[in-house]
Amino acid sequence: MTFLKKSPWLLHYDASSCNGCDIEVLACLTPLYDVERFGIINTGNPKHADVFVVTGGVNEQNREVIRNIYEQIPEPKVVVAVGICATSGGIFRECYNMSGGIDQLIPVDVYVPGCAARPESIIDGIVKSLEILEEKRIQMKERARQIKQGRSPGGGER
Amino acid sequence: MISLTNAILFLLLAPVIGGLVSGIDRKLTARMQGRVGPPILQPFYDVGKLLEKENLVVTSSQNYYILSYIVFIVVSGALFFAGGDLLLVIFAFTLAHIFLVLGAYASYSPYSFVGAERELIQIIAYEPMIILSAVGMYMVTKSFFVNEIAASELPLILYLPGVFIGFLMVFTIKLRKSPFDLSTSHHAHQELVKGVTTEFTGPNLARIEIAHWYENVFLLGFVYLFFAFNPVIAIVAIIIAYLLEILIDNTFSRVKWQFTLKSSWIVAGMMGLVNLGVLYYLAGVLV
Repeated sequence: MTFLKKSPWLLHYDASSCNGCDIEVLACLTPLYDVERFGIINTGNPKHADVFVVTGGVNEQNREVIRNIYEQIPEPKVVVAVGICATSGGIFRECYNMSGGIDQLIPVDVYVPGCAARPESIIDGIVKSLEILEEKRIQMKERARQIKQGRSPGGGER
Repeated sequence: MISLTNAILFLLLAPVIGGLVSGIDRKLTARMQGRVGPPILQPFYDVGKLLEKENLVVTSSQNYYILSYIVFIVVSGALFFAGGDLLLVIFAFTLAHIFLVLGAYASYSPYSFVGAERELIQIIAYEPMIILSAVGMYMVTKSFFVNEIAASELPLILYLPGVFIGFLMVFTIKLRKSPFDLSTSHHAHQELVKGVTTEFTGPNLARIEIAHWYENVFLLGFVYLFFAFNPVIAIVAIIIAYLLEILIDNTFSRVKWQFTLKSSWIVAGMMGLVNLGVLYYLAGVLV
């Protein structure tokens, strides 16, 4: 069954974003766009989340926080980088304290560029990420089956 | 005397009814807020998804606490619908919530601790009123057994209007609805992260959700008892009571725990105890 695609819960983290993209992420929850009609809920808790939505780039202050949140999300999970800063560092790219986009730190599955990214494109990005989420679920199941049979799960990214 | 069929029917049907009620609740809430809202079956998708997720636990004792929580909720509900002793039902029901609190305490997380403490406060807030309801039903029907109360021809609501108002108050607490959704909530109140359920992931969270459906059906059954003299009126009363809860949920913001505790005890005292006092006095006069 594919319940995962029908009920993706988001966790939104503002990593040194200018708040432009955050406002747009929150705009998706308003009555105009109402993402809850797709079963999407903005949870405040990484342990309940399926989709990790990050705005803004990685800097020295939030490096540990992003990694910590990412590791607290149970498998299967996807990361959506929203806004140009999250995808590549954007105009802050050259700053002395910036490492660049989120993919410098954790694997990113979907990039949503834009400054700020529009609610339509954010919703589009999240819907794209659901396909990847489903693939990861099948992989996770396969791995669990292999471990059960006593075979090593093999290499590859977790 | 005790109906096993009813207990089995409760076991099978309560999650279906509870899930549907929860789905209708979310849809109505969305409509009240001017949104389209999720499909009616959304709660089932959510639970299905949670069962597909990885079970990330801090300490493995969490799993057993949550298992005990759902088992005792189901036992108390099944005992209620089988027509068992109301006091035993209430004790099993309270014990179930104590297991939830212990599960939250087992996880060494500050958010979970806050949620657990608030859950305890909620238990303290609603427990007197639930026991008063049972005592009130006993005073009218001379029985603590649910089947005898339900079979009674007396219109309980006319004898216990104060108790019923007090019960509606704790009904809000039990359904985890605003203004009393202190320990955890269905909405995105993010300052507490997720309160008592913060540290439960995937299958454990699904179990909590299913237990909540069982619990809701049990509570709706409790509302039924007040109107048991006429099943049609009772069903209408249940629907009105639930719609009222949804309306209250959407029109009130969350209050502080002090207010929850004080107001629920004051209402329990004013409405419940006074009601019982009047009943006691009338019984003395009439006999």
